[in-house]
Amino acid sequence: MERPALHSLSLSALQSALRAGEFTALEALDSLEARIASVDPQVGGYLSRNLEKARAEAASADVSLPLGGVPIAIKDVINVRGEPCTAASQILQGYTATYDASVIRKLRAAGAIPFGRLNMDEFAMGSSTENSSLQTTSNPWALERIPGGSSGGSAAVVAADTAFASLGSDTGGSIRQPAALCGCVGLKPSYGRVSRFGLIAFASSLDQIGPFTKTVEDSARLLNVLSGKDPQDSTSLDLPAEDYTRLLGRDLKGLKLGMPKEYFIEGIDPQVDAAVRAAVRQCESLGAEIVQVSLPHTEYAVAVYYIIATAEASANLARFDGVRYGRRAADVKNLQDLYVRSRSEGFGEEVKRRIILGTYVLSSGYYDAYYLRAQKVRTLIRRDFERAFEGVDALICPTSPEVAFKRGERSNDPLKMYLADIFTIAANLAGNCGISVPCGFAQVDGARLPVGLQLLGKSFDEARLLQIAHAYEQSTPWHKERPTL
Amino acid sequence: MSAELDVRNTAKLARLELSEAETSRFQTQLSQVLSYVEKLKEVDVTGIEPTAHTSEVQNVFRADEPRDWFSAQEALSNAPRQANGLFVVSKVIE
Repeated sequence: MERPALHSLSLSALQSALRAGEFTALEALDSLEARIASVDPQVGGYLSRNLEKARAEAASADVSLPLGGVPIAIKDVINVRGEPCTAASQILQGYTATYDASVIRKLRAAGAIPFGRLNMDEFAMGSSTENSSLQTTSNPWALERIPGGSSGGSAAVVAADTAFASLGSDTGGSIRQPAALCGCVGLKPSYGRVSRFGLIAFASSLDQIGPFTKTVEDSARLLNVLSGKDPQDSTSLDLPAEDYTRLLGRDLKGLKLGMPKEYFIEGIDPQVDAAVRAAVRQCESLGAEIVQVSLPHTEYAVAVYYIIATAEASANLARFDGVRYGRRAADVKNLQDLYVRSRSEGFGEEVKRRIILGTYVLSSGYYDAYYLRAQKVRTLIRRDFERAFEGVDALICPTSPEVAFKRGERSNDPLKMYLADIFTIAANLAGNCGISVPCGFAQVDGARLPVGLQLLGKSFDEARLLQIAHAYEQSTPWHKERPTL
Repeated sequence: MSAELDVRNTAKLARLELSEAETSRFQTQLSQVLSYVEKLKEVDVTGIEPTAHTSEVQNVFRADEPRDWFSAQEALSNAPRQANGLFVVSKVIE
């Protein structure tokens, strides 16, 4: 059998090869860099790479560590000391991170090498990566199409074999949706599972950092490193340490999977619907019992999300004022003018739109009608999930109602773009965990586009979620397919 | 409710200045978004507690003790303007 190219290895396969001494960490990094140099000009996933620094780290890598010598690419919203961290915004041009995010500290302690900054929608606001102020990222399966978002770079580089794995962040689906559209595995951990310290905040009650990988096993191995209580994030929870790989390899006998009837509706791309229903049957054949469940408040989730997320964003983004870091407007008249002009010149259109919406829903006179009411409906959405999980081990549904669309198709219709998130945002509102795994392809205009299966688990039940995702993945060929680049 | 959205005034509250084109575009787009979220009025929320976040934690305290963190130099390393170990800003009082 022909040996697979080094860059196409999964993280686990790379580690085995490193430990067996088949090649060194430095050789793996150089081979990855060669692949990036040949393919990334088409894909546009990377914003920058510090090859010299990574090579120094690779040269002294201890491959016996849990992620020893493995390069991991990082969404440009997570701080890595000494590297740019711009959130793909003009307002952070020239900014150099002065500290490592907690997840980066944990990656380093496990021997991994943070390598490369990845494109994204500005401040993680978007579902297509078209809101980046820096560059265009393409879907590796069809270069005229979007990779999803907001972590579009994180998904595209894993799908293009220009990263063994990457980190992204998920506020309303920003890990799961691009993973689905690019055909890789994307995990949003339960809220509180992974420290947010060092993640540029978008909506603090919804944001979670999580991995993009080629396989479910890799996802579990990365979560082993990323998770855990962090004194620097008061919302990270102190739960007993666990090995998220421990249930991998078991079948689905005795498990119940719920199909939320509100997630199998009119308006879903028929090819997506067919692929997901075939995946449900596959899980049944692996021993799972399939039952119908209802999440009755689903139709309100998008409205709740766009009130809560923009409200929190308007407060979080108040820190960008041109004083301590980031862009400062020139020739200002006074301090007020400095704030206004620095922000107006630095933020892109979608960010401004959301700040204004968030400011409005929090403003005196409208707070109760919008923000407080949205928080109450959020409680009802949480209860929907709690009730559904009383009878099932996980929920099974599409990740996105559609496959990757063409660049520019949605740019003028924010509401339509927001509605594409209908199947992912409820998990952020409820705090539970979710994963997207490849479940087939749709043929559209001569392109072969990946479809994602979403599994949603109870809060802090990632081990079970990964078991189910792994059993499905291993019984299907989808995760082995790669785009032609 | 949505008819009352005044984009220009709300932008001012958020310390943003919009062009004419942005103002009129946002007025249309955000009015659409606000009329969409009107559907939340259908929901009976009587007696329902609001959810601010989904963590089980309430107050989290740490000992109020000094610890190593940024030096002044590091804290200033991204400052657009600095002098004498301080951030320089424009005049506050005319």
